[in-house]
Amino acid sequence: MPNHWLHRGHWKYFWFCALLISLYLNLYGRQWLPRWSLKFPRQWELPLRHEISTFMNWLVEDASLGFFSFREFTRGIAWLLDIPLQIARSIFSTGLMKGVGSDAVQLLPPLPWLGVIAVVAAIGYCAKDFKLALLVAGCFAYLAVFGQWQSAMDTLASILITVPIGVAGGLLLGIISYRHHWLEKLISPFLDLMQTIPIFAYLVPILFLFGFGPVAAMVGTIIYAMPPMVRITLHALQSVPPELVEFGRMAGCVPRQLLWKVLIPSARPGLMIGVNQVIMLSLNMVIIASMIGAGGLGYDVLTSLRRLDIGAGLESGLAIVVLAVALDRLSQALAVKTQVTRLKKAPSFVARHAWLLGTTLIITVTYLLGFFIPLVQSYPESLQLTTGSSLSEAVKWLNINMFDYFEAVKSALLLNVLIPLKRFLISLPWGWVIGLLAILGWQLGRWKLCLLVVGLALFILLTGQWQKAMITVYLCGISVVIAALIGIPLGIVSATSERAWRISQIIIDTLQTLPSFVYLIPVVMLFRVGDFSAMIAVVLYAITPAIRYTAHGIRSVDAQLIEAGIVSGCTKSQLLWKIRLPMAMPDILLGINQTIMLALSMLVITALVGTRDLGQEVYIALTRADTGQGMIAGLSIAAIAIIADRLIATSAKHTRQRLGLN
Amino acid sequence: MSNTVKLSCRGVWKLFGDNAEQFLKQGIAASDDSALIQASLVGAVRDVNIDIYEGEIFVIMGLSGSGKSTLVRCLSRLIEPNAGQILFNGEDLLRMPEPQMVEIRRHKMGMVFQHFALLPHLTVLGNVAFPLEVQGVAKEAREPRAREMIELVGLSDRADNYPRELSGGQQQRVGIARSLAVEPELWFLDEPFSALDPLIRREMQDEFLRLQQALNKTIVFITHDFDEAIRLADRIAIMKDGQVIQLGTPEELVLAPANDYVAEFTRYIPRGKVLSVAAVMKPVSAKYFVAKVHFKQRIEAVIDQITAQAQLPHAVINEAGEIIGQIDRADVVDLLVGPANA
Repeated sequence: MPNHWLHRGHWKYFWFCALLISLYLNLYGRQWLPRWSLKFPRQWELPLRHEISTFMNWLVEDASLGFFSFREFTRGIAWLLDIPLQIARSIFSTGLMKGVGSDAVQLLPPLPWLGVIAVVAAIGYCAKDFKLALLVAGCFAYLAVFGQWQSAMDTLASILITVPIGVAGGLLLGIISYRHHWLEKLISPFLDLMQTIPIFAYLVPILFLFGFGPVAAMVGTIIYAMPPMVRITLHALQSVPPELVEFGRMAGCVPRQLLWKVLIPSARPGLMIGVNQVIMLSLNMVIIASMIGAGGLGYDVLTSLRRLDIGAGLESGLAIVVLAVALDRLSQALAVKTQVTRLKKAPSFVARHAWLLGTTLIITVTYLLGFFIPLVQSYPESLQLTTGSSLSEAVKWLNINMFDYFEAVKSALLLNVLIPLKRFLISLPWGWVIGLLAILGWQLGRWKLCLLVVGLALFILLTGQWQKAMITVYLCGISVVIAALIGIPLGIVSATSERAWRISQIIIDTLQTLPSFVYLIPVVMLFRVGDFSAMIAVVLYAITPAIRYTAHGIRSVDAQLIEAGIVSGCTKSQLLWKIRLPMAMPDILLGINQTIMLALSMLVITALVGTRDLGQEVYIALTRADTGQGMIAGLSIAAIAIIADRLIATSAKHTRQRLGLN
Repeated sequence: MSNTVKLSCRGVWKLFGDNAEQFLKQGIAASDDSALIQASLVGAVRDVNIDIYEGEIFVIMGLSGSGKSTLVRCLSRLIEPNAGQILFNGEDLLRMPEPQMVEIRRHKMGMVFQHFALLPHLTVLGNVAFPLEVQGVAKEAREPRAREMIELVGLSDRADNYPRELSGGQQQRVGIARSLAVEPELWFLDEPFSALDPLIRREMQDEFLRLQQALNKTIVFITHDFDEAIRLADRIAIMKDGQVIQLGTPEELVLAPANDYVAEFTRYIPRGKVLSVAAVMKPVSAKYFVAKVHFKQRIEAVIDQITAQAQLPHAVINEAGEIIGQIDRADVVDLLVGPANA
């Protein structure tokens, strides 16, 4: 770096001084600082939120696209999307209905449960092996046995329509931005924004434009699940070896042939990861989507939560997890499976289409049997099990007998850590915080980063979100610190022992398939509402990347370096502290970065358990259908996320360069 | 090898960086390094002029970063040069509209890549048939042709395997078969054997020479291995920093390296393998000869015969059988171990 007067060593002293001054400001600043420097005056705020609301009103009421209004246009799309959704729902869940509401008559029943289970098992076997077939069949059987079948099939139907649309849309955008560099540059910030802005924030505009119902929920889910697919498509296409592209051109491919015959087939494994992502994100959205009209399992969870029926909520939540596990494993197996068994000779028609014929046969047979034998059609209610009541009992018992302990831990942490930190952050003058951010940005990434960070911070300030934003920073910060304190050591442990690695893989996989809402249920049961519960839920949700990236970083340290350390006579702990951890630092930083992103997305959901941060603001906006308020608060959260992301990513990049990795 | 020029490269430049065209308009000499640095441009190919004759094996040899890979991509217009002409059968490829260029690549050019560049989702058969498929050749016509090519490289029993199931050498055989499937006039090989083990590499070089004997293509062969260049080439162009610093037959390079850089490569080359009798012979001075040797023969091939005779020289004859020189044991020993009085 060119400036010698502030080289690396000196920054340490600077930040130490900054911390001291901050503490001083916290204790004594109130006495002499002018009031406007502590609390941003309302009359200085930009009226952005009203303008957004006005714009939204205009869009919904008056905007016109020639022959029809904008709203008619979006409702038209909704109508179009509704068709496949209705078909899927009648196949899986409701059967073919005639009439509406309570007068509806079932003309034909939906697919029988035994048939569906047989088919998914067949897909599992075809995709991988008998074990997978058993797993997915087990998952689906669980849904039937625990009385979640109807809702689960509702959810499955909407997933089956949402995922192809999300995948196709993502693929298309990814391909276009691969071909046209300017588009990649153009959409990249939008993708950043879409991935950081909380889902709640755009639920309101979707409600306005698409109406309340399963289609609106589908649109929301697609918007949520598509950006990663765009990213992954772009990345997968860009990582096709340049020689393959050159070969394609030398063979005389025209651009269309190059894309479909060379690029996409070669990028297929990467693209399949994207498909898996879309499926998982769609499932993650299930509960939130039920707020704007999706039925199914998500709706069950939401209503149980509202009734405070913990047992039922947990059971439906578990059903989502089970469905997620089944779909995740299936799609992963299909992704790994690269080619169908080799065909030596031209096979007969039956042999070539064995799977298709087989599944059609299963479905027809079970479907026909279903008319005569009710057991085949639907799982008998008398045989259904429920753990709901016993779960509720267990919670009750815990709350009666363990209440004192929980309360003691909670109060101690609240009084000694959470509340002082919250006060500290709120008491800091906004000018001071933005100034420090600017310096940090300059230290890490010079003017470009500095300007970005300051601009985003000013956005939060000028839209009047400063106080709430600081509460968000406090909750997010404390949760991330705790997640890191637990997650990094766990990552280290699981990286150093093969057995711990396998166990942690299972735990991480499970944690990652849980929809974020599910975390709230047990936490609220034990700790009731408030910041503390929110923190616990956030830590649980956001800890996985801290573990995973740490373990990955430590495992991928060059084996030669470890050998060099051993030969130099390092003890085990020296190996860890002097070689493994420093070399894994860039990965760990990225893990922390991911943890922050997940924590922020979870914070919005914890608004349901009574936090007072930006998440709450978004949630209130949703219940009041106030587009402006929701968007501004959502964008503020996105701003915090982008600030954190850029700062950490830049410093991880510097560390990588310094270590000569890459 | 004939005297028809197949591919001619005239004043070709490829610079990486901004404003390369403007820089070239100033007409700066190819060897002017400081001007390039000042304009913050990287000179990958600098004013290259070469003619490649029909049926010859033309090797472009250079170390990494010398611009050889960029040059071969300019020749096939995978990379667009900044300036110059690429004349293929007398037509300038750089002025050709894209559809016509696609046609030329489809029918007249083939290329083999360093890392094989096989499509992972297609079988050996599918890969070899791919260039034909792209042209729109029907399955019934392209598969027999592809099988023919696969047989040519000796992989008939692996036609239904996927690339990942093959060894490196086998994969490159597929690459070779694929590049030959369209019967190209011009065959580019970009470091085809560099990613292979030394033993396999040697085997593949032999195989390559065998193929060329049967097919007689015009070949542009890229390598960073001087031994390989010597072994395969009819003529070699040595590149350094984007410029061709010497162009000639292996013999010419070994006998008269243009500068120290080239000499450094040729120093450890076994001369007997490169030089011909004609390069070593002396004017006729003796009256009696033991036997005759042909002037085009490599020293390596006649060394035992010549050194077996201590006193009398061998006569060197040309194609017509006329004696044009003589060669004796001392000449050969001088060549191999250096002159006694040096």
